[in-house]
Amino acid sequence: MFILSSLIVYALMGGADFGGGIWNLLAFGPRAKRQREAIADAIAPIWEANHVWLILVIVLLFTGFPRGFATMMTALNIPTTVMLLGIVLRGSAFVFRKYDVKDRRRWSNVFGMASFLTPFFQGVILGALTTGQIRVEQGRVLSGFMAGWLTPFALSCGVFALGLFAFLAATYLTLDTRGEPGLQDDFRRRSLWSGLALAPIALVVFLTSRRGAPAMYYELTRWWAPVLLVWTSLFAGAALIALWLRRFVLARLAAIGQVTLILVGWGLAQYPNLVTPDVTVTNAAAPEFTLRLLVIALGFGAILLLPSLAYLFYVFKRRERG
Amino acid sequence: MSDFLFARSQMAMSLAFHIVFAALGIGMPLLMAIAEGMYLRTKQPVYLDLCKRWAKGAAILFAVGAVSGTVLSFELGLLWPGFMEQAGAIIGMPFSLEGFAFFTEAIFLGVYLYGWKRVSPLIHWLSGVVVAISGILSGIFVVTANAWMNSPAGFKIVDGKIADIDPIAAMLNPASFHEVVHMTLAAFVATGFMVAAVHAFFLLRDRSSPFHRAALGLALAVACISTPLQILSGDLSARAVARLQPAKLAAMEAHYRTKAGAPLVIGGIPQDQTMKTDYALKIPRGLSLLTAHDPNATVVGLEEFPRGQWPNVRVVHWSFDIMVSSGMLMLALTLCADVLWLKYRLLPNNRWFLRGLVAAGPLGFLAIETGWVVTELGRQPWIIYGVMRTREAVTPMPGLVVPFVIFTAVYIFLAIVVVFLLRRQFLETGSLVPAQPSGVTRA
Repeated sequence: MFILSSLIVYALMGGADFGGGIWNLLAFGPRAKRQREAIADAIAPIWEANHVWLILVIVLLFTGFPRGFATMMTALNIPTTVMLLGIVLRGSAFVFRKYDVKDRRRWSNVFGMASFLTPFFQGVILGALTTGQIRVEQGRVLSGFMAGWLTPFALSCGVFALGLFAFLAATYLTLDTRGEPGLQDDFRRRSLWSGLALAPIALVVFLTSRRGAPAMYYELTRWWAPVLLVWTSLFAGAALIALWLRRFVLARLAAIGQVTLILVGWGLAQYPNLVTPDVTVTNAAAPEFTLRLLVIALGFGAILLLPSLAYLFYVFKRRERG
Repeated sequence: MSDFLFARSQMAMSLAFHIVFAALGIGMPLLMAIAEGMYLRTKQPVYLDLCKRWAKGAAILFAVGAVSGTVLSFELGLLWPGFMEQAGAIIGMPFSLEGFAFFTEAIFLGVYLYGWKRVSPLIHWLSGVVVAISGILSGIFVVTANAWMNSPAGFKIVDGKIADIDPIAAMLNPASFHEVVHMTLAAFVATGFMVAAVHAFFLLRDRSSPFHRAALGLALAVACISTPLQILSGDLSARAVARLQPAKLAAMEAHYRTKAGAPLVIGGIPQDQTMKTDYALKIPRGLSLLTAHDPNATVVGLEEFPRGQWPNVRVVHWSFDIMVSSGMLMLALTLCADVLWLKYRLLPNNRWFLRGLVAAGPLGFLAIETGWVVTELGRQPWIIYGVMRTREAVTPMPGLVVPFVIFTAVYIFLAIVVVFLLRRQFLETGSLVPAQPSGVTRA
């Protein structure tokens, strides 16, 4: 029961991150006007829908694990607030950019900067949960408001999240720009570079986890970790090779697989903790009845949403009528 | 000011900001769907033009509404972790359902805004209908959560701890029905009047514009249907509050002493010390008549409650009076429009009536804001009425003045930009339409 609902939450987080990846692209390098337009065109129709993933994660978290939510929001008040500011600025700048023809550049810059801020702090927050420095006793946060998120481990998680999203988004865009070879090549180069850059960052995360997040390090050195690592590397390698060979559909699929595995790995290493070590999925969970209702609601929601989402993609990823 | 007051101020500011976009997000899709439906039926291009222009405005409003809504869902935890820890399991349900409704809305809004050339006209219109319905549903779910804070249900307190949680009973708490009806209608009233005001303004400049005439007609139709219903639902709400939260009702009406045949107190300056309201207009037996539909009924006054459990009487009473007066003014305007329509089969063209509509544009939102002040301040000092005090729920985080100032500044900035962009949209509307009266074609 608990495992199921928490897995769903994790899966949704993955979804949010995909969305995040697409958006953050603007921050990753594009200089030319046409690049910016291509990005906006690719994002616009699914923009609001992607945004909702994050809301859904938060809402499911506070319904299913109210104590976990309360702890995170108290101990990580500062990075969460900064991330929230990023979300507000990004969300509004994106739409202002579209309708404010005269000041388009300025809004683009706001959008880009906020797109750096948000995923970086999302990574920092996830990292901080793992450090084991946030201590809770009987629902009270004992460790203050600075614990965990300023450690080298959490900060390198932030950088990793940035790199991951940048890579993912650039890979997606190689497909979205297939009509314009020059543009496609720009994104291909960006995708390759960011993909290569991920490897050393991942290494830093792993090395800092030894001191910065001992519980995570311990989990990552258990039997299943190398298996997962091999698969993740295979996907990562496949994505890079596919990009090199200009097999863009394949690259997109491999990148999706890679990111999913990274998140699954994080979830497995973190489980059963929500906030290591004091808040776990068991002691933070809502009563059984609420969880059961929540799973039912998720089921119905999925029946309603997945076809709608599929329809949205179907409508916008095929060519225009007439 | 203390951190506690900054936390309350930040929450109040965020809600006051978000509610405007939320109400427009419920009202605008309805107007758009009606306009497009009219186009599909009559094939008059003016309706299609109207729908497209409204959709552009709605896209901006929707985006800002979405981010300010995200902020709120985080602020619940950032500012009130004590509340969420207890209440999350009980009222998380409607929030989750709201998440799904909002998701559906976002998906089909994508189809609607960007799919003009990609789907058939009928599918496009149906997407608009889905957006309108899911917008209403999201509003309903969120309001049930607020209703629960006002009349908590669906749990027991055993040894000071919350037990036996039933999220469904919590959702269907006694305050849900009237709050939901009142808020949904309020969204239609406020949107109808705001849109009517904008187009009345342009009609005053150019009386012959078929575009603005059609727009005014649709907006007034929505306003004329929803406003009288809203007055009825107001009566329903007041009687429910009298039953569920007598202290709140007493503060709304500045009613200090328990009395049979109580008078209705309008305006004035409530004095908590003397328990009297100076300089007020009093209608004998009015309050008894309103709350119980019986001129001799007894109405419980504030004196029955310990002083520590009184809300801020002046603010609640004045806000309530402002809300009711705005409602009455809007009712008067809609009745005028009804008479004109029934007698002459004409949309109003009178200069003074149009000016009145322009002036009444913000009234709906004034009523929404003051109405929420009544609901939320009237609930104080409780965050969960009778169960948990707001002070017990606040975060231990110090320095809350910082996020308060930052978010207030950001929101003021956003509000200015939104107004600026919408104004430009409307000005374009004014200049473009005469130049291309029927130039809009479907690709």
